[in-house]
Amino acid sequence: MSANGSDTENDAKFGEYGGQYVPEVLMPAIEELQSAYERYVLENEDDFMDEFRRHLRDFGGRPTPLQYADALSERYDRDIYLKREDLVHGGAHKLNNALGQVLLAKYMGKDRIVAETGAGQHGTATAMAATYLGIDCEVYMGRTDINRQRPNVFRMRTHDADVNPVDVGSGTLKEAINETMRDWATNVEDTHYVIGSVVGPHPFPRMVRDFQAVISEEAREQIQEQAGRLPDSVVACAGGGSNTMGAFHEFVGDEDVSLFAVEAGGSGLTIDEDEGLAPHSASLSTGENGVLHGARTKLLQSEDGQILESHSVSAGLDYSGVGPELAHLAETGRVTPVSVGDDAALEAFHRLSKLEGIIPALESSHAIAYLEAAEELGDLVVVNVSGRGDKDLDTVIEESEKRGIDAAPSMEVFE
Amino acid sequence: MSDRRSALGPAFRDEPALVPYVVAGDPNQEATKEYVNALARGGADVIELGLPFSEPIADGPTIQNAIQRALSGGMTPERYLDLVAELDVDVPIVCMTYYNLIYQYGDSEGVEAFVAAAGDAGISGLIVPDLPVEESDPLREACDEHGLDLVFIVAPTTTDEREAKILAQASGFVYVQARMGTTGAQANVSSATHDSLGRLAETDLPKAVGFGVSEGDHAKEIVAGGADGVVVGSALVDIIASGENVAERLESKATELKSGALSGEEEVPQPE
Ligand SMILES: Cc1ncc(COP(=O)(O)O)c(C=O)c1O
Repeated sequence: MSANGSDTENDAKFGEYGGQYVPEVLMPAIEELQSAYERYVLENEDDFMDEFRRHLRDFGGRPTPLQYADALSERYDRDIYLKREDLVHGGAHKLNNALGQVLLAKYMGKDRIVAETGAGQHGTATAMAATYLGIDCEVYMGRTDINRQRPNVFRMRTHDADVNPVDVGSGTLKEAINETMRDWATNVEDTHYVIGSVVGPHPFPRMVRDFQAVISEEAREQIQEQAGRLPDSVVACAGGGSNTMGAFHEFVGDEDVSLFAVEAGGSGLTIDEDEGLAPHSASLSTGENGVLHGARTKLLQSEDGQILESHSVSAGLDYSGVGPELAHLAETGRVTPVSVGDDAALEAFHRLSKLEGIIPALESSHAIAYLEAAEELGDLVVVNVSGRGDKDLDTVIEESEKRGIDAAPSMEVFE
Repeated sequence: MSDRRSALGPAFRDEPALVPYVVAGDPNQEATKEYVNALARGGADVIELGLPFSEPIADGPTIQNAIQRALSGGMTPERYLDLVAELDVDVPIVCMTYYNLIYQYGDSEGVEAFVAAAGDAGISGLIVPDLPVEESDPLREACDEHGLDLVFIVAPTTTDEREAKILAQASGFVYVQARMGTTGAQANVSSATHDSLGRLAETDLPKAVGFGVSEGDHAKEIVAGGADGVVVGSALVDIIASGENVAERLESKATELKSGALSGEEEVPQPE
């Protein structure tokens, strides 16, 4: 690709997944993006990738450490390394992609960008990158997510981004994506849509993966340097799947490395078709093939094909679809999809905070929680800490108390 | 194209066509039947009946809300096809929906089952706004096999190159998207409409303009600009949403639009 210059493919599909299912009004923009992706990202025209890497380093704070986790290693009796994407500027891996796409928008001569956001992390990263690179930015965010991720709303506003609340449906990521697509369809001539994960029509899933692949490029080198060999497994949480694909990409060819994509199991893996909702977001583990937001992929949907509302305590995982490449890798058995429920994720949030002095994002807490299934992970494990949890503190305080999570500190003495 | 059997083409041949759009099941199935009849009485030549999908990314707020009402009222693809089969109008019906519903229909994945069932129910054609030509081969083949037209949208952004690809796949009519963005009634006709009609002037498929058309005068201007028909959705859905004298007002709105289109015909520049 991208980063290591080996993958020059630019197919619209991963096996049967992917494609370009968007209104005609957007197709010319997608063709334009496809050619920009080929030239600047794949062929490094005008030294695009060099400039991207420079921004990742100077503005983004890369490379991030691969930290040996003493206490976790002791607890699970194996060697556990944490890839510290929480240390990227802004507090999450999302900046890798946001910087790449905002820069690309500038190379393409666009003067406005729009983005959707769930947890607010992608919106924040995009707003930061837009300010840094000097381009106007507008963000769509579901009302439910605005209410549960207020610190990030404030951060976006601080960077002068306009945040547009989306009130339809359950007011989460799915609705925010619909609304951003509508904006894009109206303003496509001067606007680029900075999509927040490895989802959407081709070339987004490939391009976002290439921007995020820096995670596994670094991790692969670091683990060989620090542990002297490749890991037995890599674990990452999967909402849309961008930190997942970023953490996996350079390991996909290493057949001995197991790849675990941890989805949000919410409050259970059932589905309520009458209510049109799934109390989880495990589209990779339980979804059916279908077409949403521009791609053929695994989706939470009714038998008729209506998309179900998803649920997770973590806003960034609360999405009814998943990236098409991940769907393909799961289908072919290369990636193992697993899931972790809300309660287990909350427990893992407190566990990592107490054991290692790291407050993880609720999204990343799902990956941490999967360490409890230690046996199948092998002796040498890399876990991607996709982001830091400051944005989630309100939710964690409220939900831990409501659910009686043991590990949660009591705040009662101060009330 | 021209050698494809077309159920829709004839609707545009004699005079400018009115193509109204309403969402099936908004607010319920009985009402839809009544509204379809009212539109037919008002002069509709083809009726676009929306099969509601939960993620209507090509639609604006008016139609999104209508889709929400229809889904809350229990509309499903199965019930939609029953409803179409029970309709008693002479006007051909086009199903407008999103790809996932077509793909998911029936027990097996793929588009064939839906197209077959739609044909049996009496549907003459399909419009699928999130299906560009690049992905449309399977649906094109199924439509050919079952004798349905597959209508494609040409947008203001569509390049000449894409236009040629689209015209090679399209049948029935070409849907000319009048403006950027999503569906929704507008106060005037966009200049993009005239540009698009100009580019499509040589095309032998009928051209129907939609997205934002709401008044008889718009219909007149569009037909005078060289269109063979107008598609009107949100302006009708607004009437349905108001809930007041709906059938009566739909009929008179259709009459207004149709006579606008007819008067536009007199102004069409004649080829020398
Ligand atoms: C910290 C963090 N991790 C993970 C995710 C999930 O997204 P993805 O699966 O695309 O990495 C998000 C999304 O907002 C996030 O903020």
